[in-house]
Amino acid sequence: MHGITEKKKINIFYDMLRIRRVQEHIESLYLKDEMKTPVHLYTGQEAIAVGICSVLRNDDYVSSNHRGHGHYLAKGGNLKALIAELHCKKGGCSKGFGGSMHLVDTSVGHMGSSSIVGGGIPIGTGLALSIQMKDSRQVSVVFFGDGAADEGVLYESFNFAMLKKLPVIYVLENNQWSVCSHISARQPDENIFHRASQDLLLTQKIDGNNVIKVYGAALKAVEHARQGYGPSFIECETYRVMGHAGCKNQDSKEYRDQKIVEAWGKKCPVKHFQNLLFKENILATEDLADMEKQIAREIDDAFAFARKSPLPSHEDLYGNLYCE
Amino acid sequence: MPWSKIKADSNEPDFYTESNNTGRRITYPESVREGLRQALDFDDRVFIMGQGVDDPGGMFGTTRGLKEEFGEKRVFDTPLAETALTGIAVGAALGDVRPVYFHNRPDFLLLAMDQLVNHASKWYFMFGGAVNVPLVLWACIGRGWGSAAQHSQALQGLFFHVPGLKLIMPCTCFDAKGLMLAAIKDNNPVLIMDHRFNFKQKGIVPEHMYTIPIGKGIIRRSGKDVTVVAVSHLVTDAFYAAEELAKQGLEVELIDPRTLRPLDEALILESVSKTGRLVIADTGWKTGGVTAEIAAVVAEKGFSFLKAPVARVASPDVPTPAGYTLEEAFYIDKEHIKNAILKTMNFKG
Repeated sequence: MHGITEKKKINIFYDMLRIRRVQEHIESLYLKDEMKTPVHLYTGQEAIAVGICSVLRNDDYVSSNHRGHGHYLAKGGNLKALIAELHCKKGGCSKGFGGSMHLVDTSVGHMGSSSIVGGGIPIGTGLALSIQMKDSRQVSVVFFGDGAADEGVLYESFNFAMLKKLPVIYVLENNQWSVCSHISARQPDENIFHRASQDLLLTQKIDGNNVIKVYGAALKAVEHARQGYGPSFIECETYRVMGHAGCKNQDSKEYRDQKIVEAWGKKCPVKHFQNLLFKENILATEDLADMEKQIAREIDDAFAFARKSPLPSHEDLYGNLYCE
Repeated sequence: MPWSKIKADSNEPDFYTESNNTGRRITYPESVREGLRQALDFDDRVFIMGQGVDDPGGMFGTTRGLKEEFGEKRVFDTPLAETALTGIAVGAALGDVRPVYFHNRPDFLLLAMDQLVNHASKWYFMFGGAVNVPLVLWACIGRGWGSAAQHSQALQGLFFHVPGLKLIMPCTCFDAKGLMLAAIKDNNPVLIMDHRFNFKQKGIVPEHMYTIPIGKGIIRRSGKDVTVVAVSHLVTDAFYAAEELAKQGLEVELIDPRTLRPLDEALILESVSKTGRLVIADTGWKTGGVTAEIAAVVAEKGFSFLKAPVARVASPDVPTPAGYTLEEAFYIDKEHIKNAILKTMNFKG
């Protein structure tokens, strides 16, 4: 299977499980109102962030969006700084100035996430331009949703990336929902980028809940970019099992068929991969228990760190307007 | 009416600059071009992008020949996609190269508002200082020859409103180079809003590289009777108005803020504390614009200095018309500034 070592598979699974548990923990505490920021949970899309990031170098760039916890963690972003940011504390990755939608960790190539739908697309394209100018053989990955695929800036960015053969990988996480608007109300059957020439835009459409498929597509796209062949586009089909923001039980049940939501819940990417690893005898029940323990400890530490971290003071408000 | 007849080529007035006459007299576009050339030569990370930066005209002469000298990787034409290209410039800046993005007219910046206001201006603040965007945007306001409502807007008021964005409006050849180099050196997004009328001037410019501090204004002419704060090419008009009034025994102090954001409030307040009278002249619209903000600053922080109401000279609150009789009615010039000064002087409280 694309020559993935057993160790790599275990690492991928661990990262997916870790993101899931972090999301669940946030959800379980969210209504206590200690995290005063609108969270857009990544639950159900773990295979995409982890599958893509597992083939990236530390210095490769990612640009992310409002539903960005998964991208941040998969790229290696600091968990304590994420949880502190959700508490809007000084120890947060954005020192409490960003909140859930504005995560950053430049030490792992995460250059910041935008909550303007589609806003990160040209920025990721520009990071790819900087790579080309520096001749640094990095790649730039842009994560965005089907809502952002409604935006004109995507097509402007594709055009420029194809023109300049930029090392950028556009990853569309098609979870079918933009708040309560289904994709069928916003876009025709297939987007026009599926008709782009493969010479100009390497295009792949895959099952976004199957991490092995995502890994394979990412490997191909990264190789393409590093060789200097230019941009690629990966559409990952998935589903937003959660509501748009907040906890699952805060989501209205009325705008969509709950049977479809349940059916997608059964296609859980974490469970799916776990079963595969059990079947391949790569993962044992005891290994899983150890992982769970380790993750739980890490999460507890992160929440303890966040609670202890001080809040920004009123004086801090004016400290970050201009860079010296 | 061709451009050459709208405003004749001329030397800059003999007002105060820091050049100390140590340079040569060159044209305004030559001055901008010299700054860009030196920046490209000095720092490999600097590059220039924009529609037409590599065409024979070279953006009114400012980028002429730079592609030939530095190559198409560092001086390149762009698609007509201002939203994405502004975001691409932001991303490139995050990736540690230093873009200078040229727009021949600010009207097209409106297509870039999302990336400029939602992204570039906020990136440093929003991430608690973890990332910064060293980006220069340049746009040149058009005037005359029937340019009309969508090709001659003085939109500085819109950008003046945005925290995190630095806004520069030069008016001398010396400043055009020094402020361009300062903008390129700056680690924040900087918008330079130039004006086609400046391009008709020649001035004294030193050959060496130099920068002018962003956020510092300058007194172009000292006087004790009334303070005039004028923006962009109106500094020249205000200077000639002041010279004429000097013959009547009236001494105008003329301030060129050079940077609108951050605004050199101290310089303006200091002058008004001395004169007690203030006239503000700006090429943009009156309502909610640059004159409104500067008037508010003085009303708030210098009310006790004022001996007369603040007078404002700004574009009327209508879009720019095309026809030349309508243009005559729309545009402000030396006479408007002179009348405003006299009205302020004649105020009887």
